[in-house]
Amino acid sequence: MNNIIASTALKARQLTDEEIHEIEHEKTHYPYAQAVGLEALKIVQKYQGWVSDESLLAVSEYLDIPPDDLEGVATFFNMIFRRPVGKNVILLCDSVACWMLGCDDLKAHITSVLGIEYGETTEDNLFTLIPVPCLGDCDRAPSMMVGRELYRNLTNEKIDQIIADYKAKA
Amino acid sequence: MASITIDGKVFEVDEKNNLLQECLSHAMDLPYFCWHPSMGSVGSCRQCAVVEYANEEDQKGRLVMACMTEPREGARYSIAAAAKFRAQAIESIMINHPHDCPVCEEGGECHLQDMTVMSGHTYRRYDGKKKTHNNQYLGPFINHEMNRCITCYRCVRYYKDYAGGTDFGPQASHDNTYFGRWQEGPLESEFSGNLVEVCPTGVFTDKPFSKHYSRKWDLQSSPSICTGCSVGCNTNPGERYGTLRRIVNRFNDEVNGYFLCDKGRFGAEYVNSPERIPVSMTRDSHNSDPVQIEPALAKDALKKAAKGAVAIGSPRASMEANYALRELVGEENFYAGISANELGMLNKIIDIYQNKPVNVASVKDIEGSDAVLILGEDLTNTAARLALGVRQSAKNLGRQMGADLNFPIWHDAAIRQLAMDKLSPLYILSPHTTRLDDIAHTSHISSAENSAKIGMAIAHAIDASAPAVEGLNKEEQALALEIAETLKSAKQALIISGTSSLEPALLDAASNIATALHSGNSKANLALVCSESNSMGLALMMQGSGKSIDEAMSAGAKTAIVLENDLYRRAASAKVDAFINSLDQLVVLDHLKNRTGEQANLVLAAATFAESSGTFVNYEGRAQHYYSTFKPDSNIRSSALWLSDKHFNEITADCAAAIANCAAILELTPGENYNFAGLKVPRQHHRYSGRTSMRANINVHEPKQEQDEDGVMVYSMEGVPAIKDAAVLNSPWVPGWNSNQSIFKFQEFAGGPLKQGSKGQRLIANNSTEKTWYEAGTSDFSAEGYKVFPVYHLFGSEELSAYTPAIQEKATSAYVSLSPEDAEKLGLKASDGVQVEHNGAVPFVVRKAIQPGTVGVSVGLKGLNFQDMSAAIALDKAAEWKNPDLWRAANIIVSDKREERVD
Amino acid sequence: MSINNPLTKNIEKGRAPFTFAEYKAAGGYQSFANAIKMAPRDVMGQVKDAGLGGRGGAGFNTGLKWSFSPDPDGLPRYLVVNADEMEPGTFKDRLLMESDPHLLIEGMITASYAIQATTGYIFLRGEYTVAEENLLKAIAEAYDNGMLGKNIQGSDFSLDIYLHTSAGRYICGEETALINALEGKRANPRFKPPFPQVSGLWGRPTLVNNVETICNIPGILTYGVDWFKGLGLGDECGTRISGVSGRVKNPGCWEMPVGTTFRTLLEDYAGGMQDGYELKAFLPGGGSTDFLMPEHLDLPMIPGEVAKAGSRLGTSLIMVLDDKTCPVGTVRNLIKFFAHESCGWCTPCRDGLPWVEHILNKMEEGKGEMKDIEILKEMCGYMGPGNTFCALAPGAAEPLQSSLKYFMDEYESHVKHGCSYKSH
Repeated sequence: MNNIIASTALKARQLTDEEIHEIEHEKTHYPYAQAVGLEALKIVQKYQGWVSDESLLAVSEYLDIPPDDLEGVATFFNMIFRRPVGKNVILLCDSVACWMLGCDDLKAHITSVLGIEYGETTEDNLFTLIPVPCLGDCDRAPSMMVGRELYRNLTNEKIDQIIADYKAKA
Repeated sequence: MASITIDGKVFEVDEKNNLLQECLSHAMDLPYFCWHPSMGSVGSCRQCAVVEYANEEDQKGRLVMACMTEPREGARYSIAAAAKFRAQAIESIMINHPHDCPVCEEGGECHLQDMTVMSGHTYRRYDGKKKTHNNQYLGPFINHEMNRCITCYRCVRYYKDYAGGTDFGPQASHDNTYFGRWQEGPLESEFSGNLVEVCPTGVFTDKPFSKHYSRKWDLQSSPSICTGCSVGCNTNPGERYGTLRRIVNRFNDEVNGYFLCDKGRFGAEYVNSPERIPVSMTRDSHNSDPVQIEPALAKDALKKAAKGAVAIGSPRASMEANYALRELVGEENFYAGISANELGMLNKIIDIYQNKPVNVASVKDIEGSDAVLILGEDLTNTAARLALGVRQSAKNLGRQMGADLNFPIWHDAAIRQLAMDKLSPLYILSPHTTRLDDIAHTSHISSAENSAKIGMAIAHAIDASAPAVEGLNKEEQALALEIAETLKSAKQALIISGTSSLEPALLDAASNIATALHSGNSKANLALVCSESNSMGLALMMQGSGKSIDEAMSAGAKTAIVLENDLYRRAASAKVDAFINSLDQLVVLDHLKNRTGEQANLVLAAATFAESSGTFVNYEGRAQHYYSTFKPDSNIRSSALWLSDKHFNEITADCAAAIANCAAILELTPGENYNFAGLKVPRQHHRYSGRTSMRANINVHEPKQEQDEDGVMVYSMEGVPAIKDAAVLNSPWVPGWNSNQSIFKFQEFAGGPLKQGSKGQRLIANNSTEKTWYEAGTSDFSAEGYKVFPVYHLFGSEELSAYTPAIQEKATSAYVSLSPEDAEKLGLKASDGVQVEHNGAVPFVVRKAIQPGTVGVSVGLKGLNFQDMSAAIALDKAAEWKNPDLWRAANIIVSDKREERVD
Repeated sequence: MSINNPLTKNIEKGRAPFTFAEYKAAGGYQSFANAIKMAPRDVMGQVKDAGLGGRGGAGFNTGLKWSFSPDPDGLPRYLVVNADEMEPGTFKDRLLMESDPHLLIEGMITASYAIQATTGYIFLRGEYTVAEENLLKAIAEAYDNGMLGKNIQGSDFSLDIYLHTSAGRYICGEETALINALEGKRANPRFKPPFPQVSGLWGRPTLVNNVETICNIPGILTYGVDWFKGLGLGDECGTRISGVSGRVKNPGCWEMPVGTTFRTLLEDYAGGMQDGYELKAFLPGGGSTDFLMPEHLDLPMIPGEVAKAGSRLGTSLIMVLDDKTCPVGTVRNLIKFFAHESCGWCTPCRDGLPWVEHILNKMEEGKGEMKDIEILKEMCGYMGPGNTFCALAPGAAEPLQSSLKYFMDEYESHVKHGCSYKSH
């Protein structure tokens, strides 16, 4: 129908085969499509880095969930990124145990090294820095995650090393 | 009933209601935000906190939310003891609320203002910055000002949970929660305007109103009836400085409840249209220029013309106007201004309502039904308020599931979570998809004629004595059996059909099904929708006669008087042209310029609903009175008073006496001698400002107020207001409750029927228990070409509201709908147009769910005249096509279902 | 029976978690074989008799909670494991899931049989990536070995278990909010009643239990009620995972008998305070519990005893506040967390917590006023239990109200002189 009626409306991105495959797998876990919505957004984010409007619309159309419902869920959860992020997302825990053990200093250090504040991305698009509520790693505070990797008992020196490693990998 | 104690006083309460509702019903002032009588309780705002005591010894008690509390027999509560908490709650709600009341359009009728004062928050202690948000463009109807939001979730609960909207919702969280669309754009729900009244503060306000805004207390208002369709929703228009400013809902327990459709709310500004006929005019011939004529002379001219004239009545003019016309020309010369087919269908509806064992369903009855069949009526576009009612009926299964687990009926979230996607059965037989398909168990695409056959088969399956039909395919036979079983096993089944399909056999089928369902004392609900605000009244006026517009045009008269009617919307253009050409004199009474009026020799400037009083009869045969909201310019008169020298009340009385079934229209008002201690009911609020200055440029002396038509209300601040014993409830207001929420003070119980003011009068009595049947039709349709079915648009199809700028923005120009197969067969590309036989060339849309070989033709939209259409037409690709400027495909929302979206 | 650490007996630091075969060889999956011989209601009865309290923080008797579910009607019903560990200072479920995932799976199977659940979901916080991988592996192994799927071990009982990873919201730890999240909705809590046991996930009977709670089930059904009762100190039953974070010599978490004192935990297990730091106060069981003082160290970690001292045992992972860390700053950090994690549903939480955060920011910046302290006191009552829709804001108020009780001098000094602690 879209080819018959011209439209200026936003177009959905075509989901990739991998994305569709994983979404289909998740669909087998739940009796209602709505429950797959958040899972699907996470799958898209895993492959695309973030959830663009076009991606959100793609999931909406694929699962037949109104985009407004998906947006409500996407913006509710901390870990769905509705704006572009760098290749590596640094999730620095700023909750109480990490705070007591100096996460504010670590944050200042990261900012001085990478030149980014919370919510910002480095110019080379390698890193985005985001604070994260308690990572459940309080016995080895201060902690942070980079992508899916957890880093513990952090010091400025350790952070320098981690950043250097990710830069080397890029 | 249970007996409870609140702050030491004993009250008898209904334990099925929540405690908040009971407190309000017992005239206590307990503040609240998130609760709404039509939407139940969710307990989010925490404003209705009270203290509940465990027993007689308990001194401390515990805080509970009244809206989430079932009153227990013998329980003890205190409102006073929770005052501090409520003050804290309002204080924290207000920390981000802007102090913009002076420039906020909600100011003066803001529930948040009222609750803030009531809760005792007067001094601001929070010294931080306020949260701010971006606002969205939400279309021509609604302003968005998110900074004012207090996060009560009422908007989303109304828009999504109640009205079934899908393009709106909450976003983000904590104190950054946002309510809007995921991307800017017009709200898609046809009921979006209710957000204005549902929002307790000024987040969602009436956009057309804001273009000529006035405070509530400066608006002159009156009880009125919507002219948008045959439902007859009750409204409160507001006027200032001679223009209609807005429409708000006027509660009627049995009809519209708390909600209007967007056509009703935003479609009345035709009253202010530049296309209005401001003065009466005359001219010698069709070709000469019209000249203004003084009212007295105009009336004389009208009287002179009446001798030997044919008179053409109107389904959008009041009973009084139609009757006055009938009196002027004599019954024998009075014709209904509608086609023979429509008049026949209306007469049939009256016959069914009167003589078949059915219960004529009000909107409230519709909401209470638990199995619904819609036969060929696109409710959302032809009687939108009924569609909203059907949406509520679908929730009855969930309510029943909740009741089985002893969930209170007001526990909205629990019932929704329990029910999930389980809905009471709804079956729709229609030639195209409709906006109710998302809640339909089955939506079967079938022509009106075929749907009638299926309907006949359903009736036969329920009661074998009903006539059988032949010619249905296997699938449709099975569907008929399934629907029959569903309706039979329902506690309260409902059949809806109407005249919009132009297919009388649908009414026969609807009647047979409802009749078949009758057994013992139980009667099925039946609602048969008509096309206009007084279609049913006009049909009653005709008393069974078939004097249609076709007969009027062939009566051979040399003079015709046309009352509020554009003949080109009633009959084929060629016929109307010939008729007008055959006349020596054409007299037209109307509000707005149209093709008929343009050819008239005498035009009388007729008042709209807002400037006149009268009676409309809705689709149920319910007569309702509307009072003029403001006095029109001296050149404008209500049609009834142009046509008659009698007092308005006399006309009503004569009509009541003369017309069968209409006696009760006399009981709609307290009569022109009404007074309370010598006072009448004021149209203006006691805080109305500027009365001594608003005419000062003309004369510093105030003129004496003229008597209005009804003699019940006055165009003044003086009088006995509704909080006293006024027989008529105008705009609700009580001390401390300036917003529309004050309506509960006028209800028998919070959310219940009004204590004063009428629900109208059902005119058609029915005690029938006898089962009689309509026979199944035999004609099989066959003609060359594409079979035509009408497609209606809530915004644009109706004649009067189409003059309203906001409605025009939501409308589109005429078009045809085609199946993908036919679009391909005709070789159509997106940018092409379609040449319609005997008619213009128009754009087209492709709709998957229509039958190949059929074409949906828009009704009433600019660019096509449906009256010029034959039953089957030829279509061709238009040559040299460019889409018209008014073409707005994005405004065509046929379904919530993705695959049926046109955009 | 000699086993006295049923939760951690298979856990060894630095070693990969047991595979299905290793787990089975170590005596695993016996509980289901025992349970299937009993009627489901009897399994429920055993759990109830064992006196197992919920380990998520509220401490309600697990068997009793189960017994509220209506009799099976042949339609789906659900067991949901709350693995959304996000309470500040809590890190015990991470250990169990990363290091012995089969224990949780076994517990779920046996518990599902007891409540006749047809499907189990593990609601895991998305940041627990190692737990995610290990659980997925364990679930797949359980399917491969006939412990999940149709007719488990030849019985009439069938069960599917799925892992759901969340996307980061503390409120999902509230069981009804978790249900909404699992349904793909915004994770606002639901009003109770109806309780999830009656109308939960997709309107069906649902039980939501914490990871550690479920991990106790295999032991009870393998070794018996008496054994379980014997594990605790005094009258207490079973073991639980307790731990310490903050400036102690050896932070971590360990399994210990229920009834162990805070002092034993702090001094014996965690090695006491780091050199140069004194214990000023501690949060006994997560960020949403009232501060306790050094004089409370000899209390046993039992809900009732801790309540008497004016706090809650919560998750029983304690967080120590040392003498060189600003108590006002600590509370500010906690409140900032709770304000951010408020779901935005009810007023006191949504709008009260940001106000408290604003005042504490003022204090830390040296802009506090004495009247602010009055507002803080007032806010504790305003956000208290029963006033809000769920327990988030009342929990958030606990460290605030207890800090006002114990450290009023600190607040006053903040107003007068600003924060005197080293900036963090």
